[in-house]
Amino acid sequence: MKTITERLRVPGAFLLGAVLLLGIAPVALSDFRLSLLAKYLCYAIVAVGVSLAWGRGGLMVLGQGVFFGLGGYAMAMHLKLADAADTGEKIPDFMQLYGTSDALPWWWKPFANPAFALAMTVLLPMAVAALVGFLVFRRRVKGAYFAILSQALAAALSIWLIGQQATTGGTNGLTDIQGFFGYSLDDPVNQRMVYFVIAAVLLLLMALARQLFVSRYGELLVAVRDSEERVRFLGYDPANVKLVAYVVAAGMAGLAGALFVPAVGIISPALIGIVPSIGFVIGAAVGGRASLVGAVLGAIAVAWAQSTLSDEFPAAWTYLQGLLFVLAVGFLPGGLASLGTVLRRRRTPATPKEEKVVVMAGEAA
Amino acid sequence: MSGLSISRRGLLYGASALGASAALTACGAKTGSGTSSDAGAKADTSGSTVKVGLLNSLSGTMAISEVTVHNSLLLAVKEINASGGVLGKKLKPISQDGASDWPTFAEKAEALIKDDKVVATFGCWTSASRKAVKPVFERYKSLLFYPVQYEGLEESPYIFYIGATTNQQIVPALDYLKKQGLTRLYLVGSDYVFPRTANKIIKAYAEAKGMKVVGEDYAPLGSTEFSTIVNKVKGAGADAVFNTLNGDSNVAFFKEYKSAGLTAKSLPVLSVSIAEEEVKSIGTQYLEGQLTAWNYYETTPGAANKKFVAAYQAAYGKDKPTSDPMEAAYISLYLWKEMVEKAGSFDVAKVKAASDGITFDAPEGTVTVDGASQHVYKTARIGKVGSDGLIEEVWNSGKPIKPDPYLKGYSWASALS
Amino acid sequence: MTVVLNQSFTGISIGAVLLLIALGLTLTFGQMGVINMAHGEFIMAGAYTTYVLQKSISSAGLSLLVALPLAFLVAGAMGALLEWLLIRRLYTRPLDTLLVTWGVSLMLQQLARDVFGAPNVQTAAPDLLTGNISAGGVTFANNRLFILGLALLCVLGLTLVLRFTPLGRRIRAVVQNRDLAEVSGIATGRVDRVTFFIGSGLAGVAGVALTLVGPIGPTMGTNYIVDAFLVVVVGGIGQLRGAVITAFALGVLQSVLEYSTTVSVAKVGVLVAIVAFLQWRPQGLYTLRTRSLA
Repeated sequence: MKTITERLRVPGAFLLGAVLLLGIAPVALSDFRLSLLAKYLCYAIVAVGVSLAWGRGGLMVLGQGVFFGLGGYAMAMHLKLADAADTGEKIPDFMQLYGTSDALPWWWKPFANPAFALAMTVLLPMAVAALVGFLVFRRRVKGAYFAILSQALAAALSIWLIGQQATTGGTNGLTDIQGFFGYSLDDPVNQRMVYFVIAAVLLLLMALARQLFVSRYGELLVAVRDSEERVRFLGYDPANVKLVAYVVAAGMAGLAGALFVPAVGIISPALIGIVPSIGFVIGAAVGGRASLVGAVLGAIAVAWAQSTLSDEFPAAWTYLQGLLFVLAVGFLPGGLASLGTVLRRRRTPATPKEEKVVVMAGEAA
Repeated sequence: MSGLSISRRGLLYGASALGASAALTACGAKTGSGTSSDAGAKADTSGSTVKVGLLNSLSGTMAISEVTVHNSLLLAVKEINASGGVLGKKLKPISQDGASDWPTFAEKAEALIKDDKVVATFGCWTSASRKAVKPVFERYKSLLFYPVQYEGLEESPYIFYIGATTNQQIVPALDYLKKQGLTRLYLVGSDYVFPRTANKIIKAYAEAKGMKVVGEDYAPLGSTEFSTIVNKVKGAGADAVFNTLNGDSNVAFFKEYKSAGLTAKSLPVLSVSIAEEEVKSIGTQYLEGQLTAWNYYETTPGAANKKFVAAYQAAYGKDKPTSDPMEAAYISLYLWKEMVEKAGSFDVAKVKAASDGITFDAPEGTVTVDGASQHVYKTARIGKVGSDGLIEEVWNSGKPIKPDPYLKGYSWASALS
Repeated sequence: MTVVLNQSFTGISIGAVLLLIALGLTLTFGQMGVINMAHGEFIMAGAYTTYVLQKSISSAGLSLLVALPLAFLVAGAMGALLEWLLIRRLYTRPLDTLLVTWGVSLMLQQLARDVFGAPNVQTAAPDLLTGNISAGGVTFANNRLFILGLALLCVLGLTLVLRFTPLGRRIRAVVQNRDLAEVSGIATGRVDRVTFFIGSGLAGVAGVALTLVGPIGPTMGTNYIVDAFLVVVVGGIGQLRGAVITAFALGVLQSVLEYSTTVSVAKVGVLVAIVAFLQWRPQGLYTLRTRSLA
């Protein structure tokens, strides 16, 4: 039997997070700091998905940049079209400069519709993930193969986007976004509104992920991670179990990318390739991949450290980043979230297996 | 199991509260309403020092180039402070690292303007980083001085373009090639905005002036495999190669070029992104005799340049070369100083109004600010890589060329913008 | 016709570079299942070894010859150290080695930046290797021939070591059944370290060769790392011949695509082709029946 405090712990923590993000942060932080936080929260949203797919499902998702980018481009394409319509132009500014014709490419056209574009920010990444996942998991490609395949896909998408300058903006990406569904992004009040949307989405997705974690499906996912063969012998199809986690994580990354656009005002291939894709799992790894709260806080903390430390000590920051990686992943696979558990374990010598630590850390979420 | 249902209900309440709070959030100005709010980013000029922002990549792939620009910016700040500062105030440089990442550039630009309240910002290298920060400077009505040659087709009211635009680098380079009788060109470039735009201009020029583009190839940024491209170049029957490759790719390209038996004599390459620093890292073994197009070389004659080179090498090392973007960065601070002093104020609107006609005896020769386009009159110079790794000028435009970012003064370019 | 021949040679020379950078990985990744993202930095170490040597040996040809074995030792020692410090603790978690070694690669790149400076450095190539041989309209660049020869020599050497030496026998035993090997008295820990030494050393050799064709700088390793892994993945685990065939096949495919389309499209095309290929043969060209990876 759980005590009453144990029962209230999760909703209590959730409420605390909501108060911090929606109540205290907007009051305590300047416009600029808040817009930075908005950006970090976008990375945190990706981390929620990473926590699900990697922490719980054991899928090394090293291609989240692909989904982040698809979501971001879907959103940015709509916003660019809306900006163009506002100024009475038929095509976005960059196409006038670099394009070859005055006609909008056919695949841009549907994005003029806000509902379609919004749906695409999530559905497009999920569809791509479903296709890739279906092919890959069915053929039982896993582990290192899956990780390297993900990297190859990220590289391919970013090279392709760069090559299509006339229709995608090339290396520049889509920049200079003025409005967000009719609201001017120049206005600090609207910037705050964007922050609130992002914070709310993060909290909602964390709630959703938490429900997935504790559901039957969540148990199954962990089982697949720890022993795929046994799950198969029990009559489940591990491919489908993994596919769901992968697709949901992709949808979250897509949504994060879409929200990143109004928060930062740019989406570019620089956010998609191999390095940023590894970047998306760094935070989760450091904070604790299997712990939802750990992954989210880790993502925010790493992004924050990146932007504050890299100015003062660019060289030292690179060393620190590398070291953090080595220490967190190498010696503390449950991330900082498992620090308490690990220390407790040290005191009581009945050592459970390494893998166990991860699961326990996860339950603390 | 009961714990589960409680948490589920709790979460549901939380979630609905969230939705409500998001919906209740106050909404600001609509797009196109023209009230782009004061944005409240006033530069701080109250103390005895004013802050200037230096925005360069100190880490990441672009750090190689941008650190040198950063160094020469710091040198200029030091010199200006030693001679009494600007309007009696000393400059305090605030460095922010763009980390070779465009969204980071936008973030850091905002930090400089809003947190540090700088009076002006100097930096950016790639077009992508400039495009990323442009809306930020426009939103907060703050000034950026951009020191690198670029692809033109841009006139932001809040950016001063101190590097060359296309009619001060690409067009004179084409004039030079034409005069040498090298009329069949092969275009090789990295896959990004500058090469693609430059090549569009080259093709328009070629068509109008009886030159011929016999091939055009792009390699992804950072690509180091050029055997196929060099094969194509070799078989195309070109007179010259117009090279807009950037960074690492140049090293691989020229190594491949030489081993395919191509030389500066048999098929000269004119490069627009290879300066003294790059020559050092590629090696004169591969580059000797090849052409470059810039507005400044370390060897450019004149007392102003002697002083600049000596000061730079005294500060950063005897073996450190100076290059065009470094020189442009260096003079950008001096030009800004002149503007502020002419305006008698740090106020952005007044500085902009005072900018037209400001001249400066720069290392590259006399430069003059064109207030209308916020670009600079610059002398174009074609150079040849020597065996000592320095670039010797072989031709110059004689007088500073009026900047024309949209190439409006060139009839053959009418279809471009 | 000469175009076809020239492009064929180009494809083979791209393949030779791929083979050389992937060869070390066939040991560390293929045989041991370790995803070492710092492999690219071992390549870099080899290239910088050449650079440092040229400061004391002015003859470009001689320094290159000395650099080859020296780079093997330098990179090999770095690899063995990495194995001893970190990787041996992670054999049960192969995926985590990917992230750990990524962290190591970040640190090594920064170290190179601090020691040698951020800009690329140059090395002189011996005159013999900057020329070319022409035969029937086809140009064979000498540096490419050298790399091809070196790659084949390394393959041959590695094959001989694995097939005919006691060390090779032990390596194969450990790969095929670690527990059984241990039971029969093989010090698997030491075999792992030696394997890692050789694999990393080969990366160093590749680095020396790459100074002839590419840039030498702190981030050079990142240019090659994913390509190298793809070669091994497609070639199949633990199979030298798989890697050889794959490297040349990918090289030719890339050169054909580059010639007929653009470099960007070729890159994307090759990546997509690999993904499709792995659908068809998820375990790569050749498979060795062994304890499964991950």
